[in-house]
Amino acid sequence: MAIRSKTFRESYYEDIKLFQTIWIKFWTVVFVIGLVLLPFFGDPYFVYLVNLSCIATVAALGLNILTGFTGQISLGHAAFLAIGAYTAANLVQRLGTPFWVNLPAAGIAAAIAGALVGIPCLRLKGLYLAMATMAFGVLVEYMVITWDGLTGGVRGMSMPAVSIVGYSLDSDEAKYFFLLSVTGLMLAAADNIMRTRIGRAFVAIRDRDVAAEAIGVNLTRYKMLSFAISSFYAGVAGALYAYTLNYIHPEHFTLLLSIQYIAMIIVGGMGSIIGTVFGGVFIVVTPEFIKMFAQALGNVVPAIAGRYDEEWNIAAFGLLIMLFLIFEPGGLYALWNRVKVGFRNWPFTYWG
Amino acid sequence: MASDVLYFLGLSMSGLAVGSMYALIALGFVLIFKATKILNFAHGEVIMVAAFICFQLVTVYRVPFWIALPVTLAITGLMGVAAERLVLRPMLGEPIFSVVMVTIGLSIFLRSLAGICFGHDNHVFPSPFPVESASVGGVVLSYAHLWSMAIAVGLMIAFFVFFKFTRLGLAMRGTANDQDTVALMGVNVKRIFALTWGLAFVIAAVAGVFLANVMVLNVGLTYVAIAAFPAVVLGGMESVPGAIIGGLAIGLIENLAGGYLDQIIGGGVKDVTPFVVLFVVLMIRPYGLFGQEEIERV
Repeated sequence: MAIRSKTFRESYYEDIKLFQTIWIKFWTVVFVIGLVLLPFFGDPYFVYLVNLSCIATVAALGLNILTGFTGQISLGHAAFLAIGAYTAANLVQRLGTPFWVNLPAAGIAAAIAGALVGIPCLRLKGLYLAMATMAFGVLVEYMVITWDGLTGGVRGMSMPAVSIVGYSLDSDEAKYFFLLSVTGLMLAAADNIMRTRIGRAFVAIRDRDVAAEAIGVNLTRYKMLSFAISSFYAGVAGALYAYTLNYIHPEHFTLLLSIQYIAMIIVGGMGSIIGTVFGGVFIVVTPEFIKMFAQALGNVVPAIAGRYDEEWNIAAFGLLIMLFLIFEPGGLYALWNRVKVGFRNWPFTYWG
Repeated sequence: MASDVLYFLGLSMSGLAVGSMYALIALGFVLIFKATKILNFAHGEVIMVAAFICFQLVTVYRVPFWIALPVTLAITGLMGVAAERLVLRPMLGEPIFSVVMVTIGLSIFLRSLAGICFGHDNHVFPSPFPVESASVGGVVLSYAHLWSMAIAVGLMIAFFVFFKFTRLGLAMRGTANDQDTVALMGVNVKRIFALTWGLAFVIAAVAGVFLANVMVLNVGLTYVAIAAFPAVVLGGMESVPGAIIGGLAIGLIENLAGGYLDQIIGGGVKDVTPFVVLFVVLMIRPYGLFGQEEIERV
């Protein structure tokens, strides 16, 4: 039997299969089982971190669809989260609708807003698009603060926990399974969108918009669609955010949050679904390491002891963005891929 | 009636004073954009850091203001060269997204670092200017405002002369125009890039020090630069006169809008007006008043 040196595909169907090899399927199943068992064996704090990672992953997935796959820069992602979160909160407080109405409704509200922003932004590219989306983010932030009647202004809004058939999910463990299943669903959906016509059109637009149009991709339609899908994810993430924290405030949805999502997709890997997961988890977990690092540093340099706060994390995110862009633009996904290919082709270095 | 006119004039004058600050900030953006085609999102952080450096020199080390100012400018100039060398040069030839993001990374890094080093308290800059206000034909303006306007005008003239009549200025204009040609003419393009960043940071520092005089000094000073984006876009990203006119216009518009609309809509109109303008300009005329229109035919 020959040594398997490379994946040889014989049909187009094989090329777009979700699980390329049996091993990927196997490890995915193992991973999912591990996740399901985590709350029974793992530290409660771990569970909490996974919860945060889930929300971050869903939101970053949206941004990655827009930025990583379609190549449209957005600095206003937090605005769509805000729209989703406030939609869900208003629905719950005013109409008392259940979560399976609120989540899609939050997504759709954000998607409509996204498509509306997408229309004027179709003419803009690169820097100009970055500024337009940033302006949109600032405007939404302002609206959230001033539109008192709808958003509660600076007092914020409270949000009850999800309840399924009368059982309220208010513990971290209960939220865990809820968030995990929603995230799994969203991941599967994104993976599937990206291997169909729509996803290929997005990638074509990213690589060269003029060429994409020449081969029959309707730029207007697909750019708007990309904005809408991306905002849908952000809206759902916003609703999840509200359900998890049980309280939303305008301060949660600032430009800084948008930049955090950008950090996630850059660190994780632009234009990669699994990379988004890496990035989301990485950015959520980083503060824990920074905290440990700051404490260790505080023991050595007394002047720093006890000075750790939120700023350290943000500084780290900024540093991570810069370092990854300079040294590994492909993000963690590229690193992971290189390691994997290295193992597969060992002992031959340049094969694959 | 007369009080209405005075109200309007007062708003306009202070609007122009803020506008001249925006113009200074916008000038820094335009300089970098012209020479390197990069929009530096970290400009606001430089402004804030420079203001803090000057503040520290004046309050902690007891340096007289007029000595602290050039020292601050020198430090920030070096920071600019360092930023270009360490962060921006590795990104040469990368797609625009990466370059934009690297400056955003730099910006939040600098902002948090400043937050860690200098804290989040509000400081009052020990102003070297007289505290009382000057009255020009019934319109009251503080001396700090007048000084900042004068400095802004002076710097703009200085830059005009620099670009028009010096060898270095000529080399910078050439680099902005066509890097390959200018390299063939014997200009060291890398050096010009570094100098451009240094110069832009120096302008940012001037703006920062005077802004700190006019406003309170805290880490939030960076947001003024975000409000200067609209000025850059309105004027056109490649145009020095555009930056100045855009800056003055944005200052005027936001002050007038704040003065008249705040009672109707409720607070904060002043802060969002620049972004509304930005959005509108991007929709109608993305290249601004004096920018170059990029034509792309499909």
